[in-house]
Amino acid sequence: MNIYVLMKKTFDTEEKIQINGGKIDTDGAEFIINPYDEYAIEEAIKVRDEHGGEVTVVTIGDEDSESQLRTALAMGADKAVLINTEDDIEEGDQVTTTRILEAYFEDKEVDLILAGNVAIDEASGQVGPRLAAKLDIPYVTTITSLEIDGDTVKIDKDVEGDVEKVETSLPLLVTCQQGLNEPRYPSLPGIMKAKKKPLEELEIDDLDLDEDDVEAATETVEVFLPPEKEAGKVLEGETDEQVKELISLLKTEAKVL
Amino acid sequence: MGKYLVISEVRDGELRNVSFENIAAARQIDENSEVVAAVLGDGDLESLGQELIQYGADRAVVVQHENLKNYTSDGYVQAAMAVIEQEDPDGIVMGHTSEGKDLSPRIASKLDSGLISDVTEIEGSGDDVKFIRPIYSGKAFEKKVITNGKTFITIRPNNIAPLEKDESRSGDVQKVEVDVQNLRTVIKEVIRKASEGVDLSEANIIVAGGRGVKSAEGFDPLYELADVLGGAVGASRGAADAGYCDYSLQIGQTGKVVTPDLYIAVGISGAIQHLAGMSNSKVIVAINKDPEANIFNVADYGIVGDLFDVVPALTEEIKALKG
Ligand SMILES: Cc1cc2nc3c(=O)[nH]c(=O)nc-3n(C[C@H](O)[C@H](O)[C@H](O)COP(=O)(O)OP(=O)(O)OC[C@H]3O[C@@H](n4cnc5c(N)ncnc54)[C@H](O)[C@@H]3O)c2cc1C
Ligand SMILES: Cc1cc2nc3c(=O)[nH]c(=O)nc-3n(C[C@H](O)[C@H](O)[C@H](O)COP(=O)(O)OP(=O)(O)OC[C@H]3O[C@@H](n4cnc5c(N)ncnc54)[C@H](O)[C@@H]3O)c2cc1C
Repeated sequence: MNIYVLMKKTFDTEEKIQINGGKIDTDGAEFIINPYDEYAIEEAIKVRDEHGGEVTVVTIGDEDSESQLRTALAMGADKAVLINTEDDIEEGDQVTTTRILEAYFEDKEVDLILAGNVAIDEASGQVGPRLAAKLDIPYVTTITSLEIDGDTVKIDKDVEGDVEKVETSLPLLVTCQQGLNEPRYPSLPGIMKAKKKPLEELEIDDLDLDEDDVEAATETVEVFLPPEKEAGKVLEGETDEQVKELISLLKTEAKVL
Repeated sequence: MGKYLVISEVRDGELRNVSFENIAAARQIDENSEVVAAVLGDGDLESLGQELIQYGADRAVVVQHENLKNYTSDGYVQAAMAVIEQEDPDGIVMGHTSEGKDLSPRIASKLDSGLISDVTEIEGSGDDVKFIRPIYSGKAFEKKVITNGKTFITIRPNNIAPLEKDESRSGDVQKVEVDVQNLRTVIKEVIRKASEGVDLSEANIIVAGGRGVKSAEGFDPLYELADVLGGAVGASRGAADAGYCDYSLQIGQTGKVVTPDLYIAVGISGAIQHLAGMSNSKVIVAINKDPEANIFNVADYGIVGDLFDVVPALTEEIKALKG
């Protein structure tokens, strides 16, 4: 089976956000594999182990993305592809990302593509469905279980907490939700092996694209931090006094009751 | 004069709130525009069309088909594209819900259009309109504009207030015939877990429990409090991981993002990943026995104490208040 994972690197979830020159400051920030993409990698490896085939992890990023790709290889993916746009593209959005991925997949035989539900930084959740639409394959978003039997695929889909039992077929794109699996940690032998696994680096030129082909349709004009919250009020006294005061504050000051 | 299409959402035969918020959003983008509300589904949709008009739409179009009974991307995209082709709107607004998140990128892809997802605020209007959305799980915000194609956005539920309902408003509700076929994904069954009671993402009041609740039964007092408040119960991942509640209740970076008017965090320490899902709530109350807990740094009001004393006392007091 030809299994592909779409992976984005994101800020570590512990990272504080700072703005510098109107942009999010990435200097010194720790990057990780987008947590939802970890579920995708784990699931891809499981599917391969059960049905055979090959897992290829694809990312659009920069030189530093190699680190997350190596981690994916150490987890057990077979091949990695870095589409490095650092020198070619200044501004982009989900249209840009999808156009590049579409070009990459144009000549590929695909059985299954796994993406994350959202990337936790920009979190639009657009890339998976947009790509599936371009490749004209069905997709199911926010999956929490995946079972493949021949060409038939049985899926549990999370719908705001409800579960839909979905049936569909390959080729297919899914986006992975928390609860799908427990991503493994790379093992030491895995890390050693990863160093020798193939990591292909491409530029948009290799995909017959130039900057104009991937022009964004939206633009970010400002980035800002939420207003600092003033320290809240910690209520004093015995429980029943605290409770009475809280209710009175919620009624008169906060006006939410 | 521009034209905006708002794509509504139906659950259990009723319009979800965000459908009304869509209309308000479209009006905010362009006050003088014509707002056309679309309803896709099965059953009697015409009355829903009228309701949307009472909430400020100028007219409504409905696509009714048995293959639209359950939401599927293949089915709904056929219906939505038929309406979009008929109306050729300048802009489209949908809810950033499970359904909207699934459908909007596909429509955008078909239209080769930009899409600004998960908008929480609209600034300015007309040609100067900018859309504000949280990024990095609410740790920052970005202001975006559309530079090419339709003004296409999805809005986060509970952030843009709907217009006042006006029962005297009426307008045209038109049926659009679409033969919805060739669904490549089929919904075999829907298992309801979350939607009993109040919907978490649309709830005005949320009582959320953490590991401090200590057991599944420990959630009972929280349910009682939520009940008297007319709210919903949520949870931290700590509580979900410990098996005290279902993952469907989880709020945070890898769970739901909520913005209720009132968020009561009970026995939750306030990890950054939890804050990511609730820090934009309008008023936050923290109940925790540890005065140093990080949750107090984002709370408007805090009670340091044992949740098993405080929560039942709150419930009683509110019951007394409501008579
Ligand atoms: C060349 C380029 C230039 C850009 N320039 C800017 C800029 O100037 N300003 C700005 O704010 N943003 C820029 N971006 C980022 C872009 O706006 C989005 O972050 C990106 O399109 C992903 O959207 P998202 O974060 O909403 O991901 P989502 O749609 O939420 O991601 C869902 C899933 O899609 C997959 N995915 C997402 N991104 C990638 C990726 N890069 N590679 C592989 N798979 C992926 C992952 O599986 C992910 O879990 C640029 C992106 C590219 C590729
Ligand atoms: C990638 C990633 C994603 C994550 N995503 C999420 C997410 O989406 N949502 C999320 O919530 N977490 C998430 N987490 C986990 C997060 O880091 C925390 O571990 C989690 O939020 C802790 O849950 P908690 O506050 O319930 O538990 P704890 O941190 O254990 O806190 C329990 C609190 O209860 C208090 N307490 C105990 N007994 C009582 C009592 N009797 N009365 C009053 N107070 C009491 C304690 O003082 C303590 O503050 C994520 C972590 C990672 C790494």
